[in-house]
Amino acid sequence: MRAFDYVRPDTEDEALALLAEPGTSALAGGTNLVDLMRLGVARPERVVDVDRLGSTEVVERDGSLWIGAGVRNSDLAAHPVVRERLPALSRALLAAASGQLRNRASTGGNLLQRTRCVYFMDPTKPCNKREPGTGCPAVDGLSRDLAVLGHSEHCIATHPGDMSVALVALEAVVHVRTAEGDLSIPAVDFHRLPGDEPHRDTNLPAGALVTAVEVPLTPLAGRSTYRKARDRRSFAFGLVTVAAALTVEDGVVADVRLVLGSVAHKPWRATVAEDAIRGRAASGSVFDDAVRAELAAARPTDQNAFKVELARRLSVATLHELAGGRA
Amino acid sequence: MTQPPASAFDLTVNGTRHALTVDNRTSLLDLLRERLRLTGTKKGCDHGQCGACTVLVDGRRTNACLTLAVTLDGREVTTVEGLADGDDLHPVQQAFLDHDAFQCGYCTPGQICSAVGALDELAQGWPSHVTDDLTGEVEPSAEEVRERMSGNLCRCGAYAHIVTAVQEAAR
Ligand SMILES: Cc1cc2nc3c(=O)[nH]c(=O)nc-3n(C[C@H](O)[C@H](O)[C@H](O)COP(=O)(O)OP(=O)(O)OC[C@H]3O[C@@H](n4cnc5c(N)ncnc54)[C@H](O)[C@@H]3O)c2cc1C
Ligand code: SF4
Ligand code: FES
Ligand code: FES
Repeated sequence: MRAFDYVRPDTEDEALALLAEPGTSALAGGTNLVDLMRLGVARPERVVDVDRLGSTEVVERDGSLWIGAGVRNSDLAAHPVVRERLPALSRALLAAASGQLRNRASTGGNLLQRTRCVYFMDPTKPCNKREPGTGCPAVDGLSRDLAVLGHSEHCIATHPGDMSVALVALEAVVHVRTAEGDLSIPAVDFHRLPGDEPHRDTNLPAGALVTAVEVPLTPLAGRSTYRKARDRRSFAFGLVTVAAALTVEDGVVADVRLVLGSVAHKPWRATVAEDAIRGRAASGSVFDDAVRAELAAARPTDQNAFKVELARRLSVATLHELAGGRA
Repeated sequence: MTQPPASAFDLTVNGTRHALTVDNRTSLLDLLRERLRLTGTKKGCDHGQCGACTVLVDGRRTNACLTLAVTLDGREVTTVEGLADGDDLHPVQQAFLDHDAFQCGYCTPGQICSAVGALDELAQGWPSHVTDDLTGEVEPSAEEVRERMSGNLCRCGAYAHIVTAVQEAAR
């Protein structure tokens, strides 16, 4: 690991001033950053410990739940309001990592976790995300776990997280502080597609701090869930994940959210499918046709075509479960 | 050569307070093993993937390998060496002995610390990935214990007895 200076500022203003310097990284729970530093993928000259600055409060205000950036994944998953009124969020968090990792992982750090693409994580390999302009060996290499939607020739990595997929389905907003002032970024716009700038995972301005996540407490959010398909039953990143919410009135879909995880550089809000389901009968064939229409845009590699079929089955099964059927 | 950057901090380990100055890169795991000579905590992967390094920080189970020691100023760490009360083993340690819940023993300190943390989480009513009703009561069923202990791998495959031991300790 490269040697670095360690600073623990007492205020957000101090932290923002420190983060404005090049070569500086914020540190929260450390479960991603320390790992990447040890691998030589992240090489900060200075680490700014914001772990104790981040609010650990979860409060209900104006019809939303406000979650401080410092709230641990384990505490959030177990929070009574999250369990009762935002089940997709609780389930997504519980499906991620391990008990001991969730105890450290913070809300802010979880949003900003990096891809698990094996080339990205190996500093001896070229990688456009780690070192812009060096190429993408994954396109013709190990791509089984990588993107099938929205990727570019420059990068086919996925955002590997679970929490953010649920946050997009729940129409959360990420609150951010920069040296110039406060911003709020809808969760759906927080992560970005790679295009020709795959080194940028998110639309968070450089040196900014995530301060809180706001999740509206709607009736639809209360009818949400999260499912994850992976290579083993626990403690593994997703191959395909689904966050969905559904309300049905008199057999007709009143409203729906469908978001796919681990299939793109960002949580993939399936708006084509949502539009084809809303107002229609809550039936398996409606769900299936709608999801097929969404996935028509998929461009898998020869190693990950299975993810498209998996995404179809998992989406339909999840919607079916929410509609009251067992699946 | 200039010295690599280091920081000073206070840390309590198994009830003993230490005033320390360490290279900023030092993990809690390396601090425990190499500086404080508490070699009960084991290094498996050094990447958060195996759980061999699990200790309790302020009572919560944590991977010591991904924790930078300098971040722990003022915290309290409990390792497997700190669980017993004199000659009286912690109930989880006793249950591991009674149920033969190990073979080579390498993963065992991490399993035991993880189980202590997991039982506390169960007692607080935290749900898990396999809990059907997120708002209901949680029971230490075999399925629940397996899921909650999934962050601890055992190369010898002693899982069946580990699950029984943790269930026993939950009673
Ligand atoms: C073995 C293993 C398995 C895992 N499995 C899963 C899984 O199945 N699903 C899943 O979703 N995740 C998984 N994870 C990833 C884990 O969820 C993340 O490592 C964790 O959420 C990161 O949070 P942290 O607080 O530890 O972040 P850190 O490691 O401290 O930081 C991560 C990044 O976020 C930045 N950052 C942190 N806080 C802020 C802030 N407030 N403002 C701005 N930037 C900030 C840091 O600068 C850094 O770039 C796994 C990790 C490991 C090691
Ligand atoms: S897919 Fe993206 S992260 Fe992976 S090697 Fe290519 S550029 Fe790097
Ligand atoms: S050594 Fe820490 S999890 Fe493997
Ligand atoms: S007892 Fe040998 S690794 Fe678990």
